[in-house]
Amino acid sequence: MARKVGILGAGITKFMRRAKETGKELAFEAAKHALEEAGMDINEIDCVVISTAPDAFDGVHMKGDWLSDGAGAKKKPFMRSFVGGGSGVFSIIHGWYLVSSGFFDKCLIVAEEKMSSCMPHPQGAFNSIYDQFIERPLGVNLLWIFSLEMMRYMKVHKIPLETIALVAVKNKKNGLDHPCTQKGISGEYTVNDILNSEIIAYPVHRLMVSPVTDGAAAMVIAAEHEVKRRTDKPIWIEGVGFCLDTSYWTNRDLYYPKYVEYAARMAYEMAGIKDPRKEIHVVEPYDPFAYKELHHLEGLLLADKGEAPKLLEKGFWDRDTENGIPSSPSGGLLGVGNPIAAAGLMRVIEIYLQLKGEAGKRQVKREIKRGLAQAWGDLMQVGTVVILSK
Amino acid sequence: MNVYIVGMGISLPKKSSSEFSFREMIYEAAIKAYKDANIEPKNVDIFVSVSEDFEEGTSIFDEYVPDQLGAVLKPVHTICADALTGLVSIYSLIKTGHFKIGVLEAHSKLSNVKNHSHLFAMGLDPVYIRPLEVNPYFIAGLEMAMFLDSRGYDELDAAFVVSKNKSNALTFGRSPFGTTITPEEVLFSEPVSEPLKRLDISPNADGACVFVIANEEVAKERKKDLIRILGLGFGGFTPNIEMWRGDAEYLEVASKKAYSMAGIKNPIKEIDFAEIDDTFSYKELQHIEALSLSRVGESAELLKEGFYDLDGELPVNTTGGNMGNGNLSLMNGARSLYDAVLQLRGHAGNVQLLDPETALVASWKGLPSASGAVVILKREG
Repeated sequence: MARKVGILGAGITKFMRRAKETGKELAFEAAKHALEEAGMDINEIDCVVISTAPDAFDGVHMKGDWLSDGAGAKKKPFMRSFVGGGSGVFSIIHGWYLVSSGFFDKCLIVAEEKMSSCMPHPQGAFNSIYDQFIERPLGVNLLWIFSLEMMRYMKVHKIPLETIALVAVKNKKNGLDHPCTQKGISGEYTVNDILNSEIIAYPVHRLMVSPVTDGAAAMVIAAEHEVKRRTDKPIWIEGVGFCLDTSYWTNRDLYYPKYVEYAARMAYEMAGIKDPRKEIHVVEPYDPFAYKELHHLEGLLLADKGEAPKLLEKGFWDRDTENGIPSSPSGGLLGVGNPIAAAGLMRVIEIYLQLKGEAGKRQVKREIKRGLAQAWGDLMQVGTVVILSK
Repeated sequence: MNVYIVGMGISLPKKSSSEFSFREMIYEAAIKAYKDANIEPKNVDIFVSVSEDFEEGTSIFDEYVPDQLGAVLKPVHTICADALTGLVSIYSLIKTGHFKIGVLEAHSKLSNVKNHSHLFAMGLDPVYIRPLEVNPYFIAGLEMAMFLDSRGYDELDAAFVVSKNKSNALTFGRSPFGTTITPEEVLFSEPVSEPLKRLDISPNADGACVFVIANEEVAKERKKDLIRILGLGFGGFTPNIEMWRGDAEYLEVASKKAYSMAGIKNPIKEIDFAEIDDTFSYKELQHIEALSLSRVGESAELLKEGFYDLDGELPVNTTGGNMGNGNLSLMNGARSLYDAVLQLRGHAGNVQLLDPETALVASWKGLPSASGAVVILKREG
């Protein structure tokens, strides 16, 4: 039966637009930091979970195998799980089940992304995620479908563009305090600054989109007996959830991410959470686009449908809120950067640091006992959720 | 709590499948598996699919998995590894106690890959190896030479694997590449990268395979054909081909874990038959030794003595292996697992062994990887 799984250490590289390091080196750096925090040697690790988004970024087939030695998996069991943009948060779910099941005791999780290798721009690689007969010939990329989804979300709930821009303002400000933030993406922006940035695919403006980023993140997790032996400040994985919707995204009403709701319900049930709005105290929802944070907060059942933007205007999601739920205190993908798989794991690490009270300037004001990180990906199709607690 | 294979379905290996899409083949296998397990997909708690983007020609391939499996709005994820490694995921998820029934899916549509060696080349290090622009089969050629040399074997020893497996496939009758061929004929096929020749390479094939895996509570409702997963393991060595030593270290790592879980101390005595990756002829021998199914340096002699024949003491690749069924890429482990379960259920027709109880299945992810997995099965009831 399920064993309790806890976190022993975490590491993140600096996020940057164009890393000189190879993907393997980025993976190595993050893994080394995580092992150092855990006070462990790579030889003590039973298995390595690798997470990285499309092979097309690097132009390397079997990218997980290629990264494996950098991630510390020489002559060791390693596995790569993949659910597109949801992979970063999924990586800790993957590690959780390998440890919770009793298969292994100690697992190193390494999430790496090097998007800059894809020239001239990684959006080109995203054309290959579409149906090869119906959609790919249109020359579409991700910005194109997200503009459709954003438009639908705004139309159904009558959300003004200014409110969506507030997400970018909040997260880019929060990102100023993250030591790994990508140069030039965080800052004190106004709503006007966001709305005056170039329109990429209406209504998506450039500053509402997370940037192209290189980076890596890693965590060490272990079974209860190992965690209790090694730390007196344990942080536990309380619940996990994931869900994949149909490939036929055109047949869905895009105004609401049902797959995120289902993933969240799975995680809440596992964690024994009945009222998430009272029992989740800090949240890191996936925000590759500004509207997605609001969209996901509703999918996570932390706000009624169409209410997340109104709560945003009231400061409910701010880092220094006392009665609300701080959302993206890290700065999120908009404020720290978006090395896809690594960005997902960075969100989990933020919850881990917040619960330990080690988030420095980013530490939320309100008292917290439990936090949630979420990611999303594929053709607006997959939700991955993890809940951590003290 | 034990974990069981309670259902399986296959879209049979074929040389090409221009009349079917990958979705249709997966659908066919899924329908058969659900019928075999007597369940509806709505009863399934968890789905795992195995794939690699470049092989599919689609990035983030897991997008295209749920519909044909009946897995829409269900927990689904992809593992970028061979099917047996994917089985470890399902097994672990069930062992957490949160899930009762899981489904594993694997498929191959290699007939869509225009130039297979270009695909292999994309798996090579982009800085050090790929710029050499050498046909990637050179890796198998070099490894074959290193393995044969280190053991004192020759090319004819490896050719015996081809002869045995293609003959088993012919006897079985289902496998598309079954034939009668002598080891000498293998030696006379054209060289690809010395000492590797065309017939040392298993030919590409298409297919799909789906398994239903369940916990003890669900499995015990089934009165017969109870196949228990006794042990599993997966392992890797290094992607740096220049560090390979001609041994299959990945299966040493994987089998150590699987044997320990299964409580197997003497595999040669305790395993009744094995389905082992033979993507290249020499791989079967290399894998047999890594799995401790012979002592190092003795597998070729045992092979020639008939130890691994259908009527030998430890039959290996009873339905023809990859040589006889085709190279199904990440589905290779699934096809081997399917055939091992057929044997354990007593449904293997012309190649049926006498009352086998314990089976070992071992997979390799294929060129240019150094990763693989091992599963040990036991018939109950």
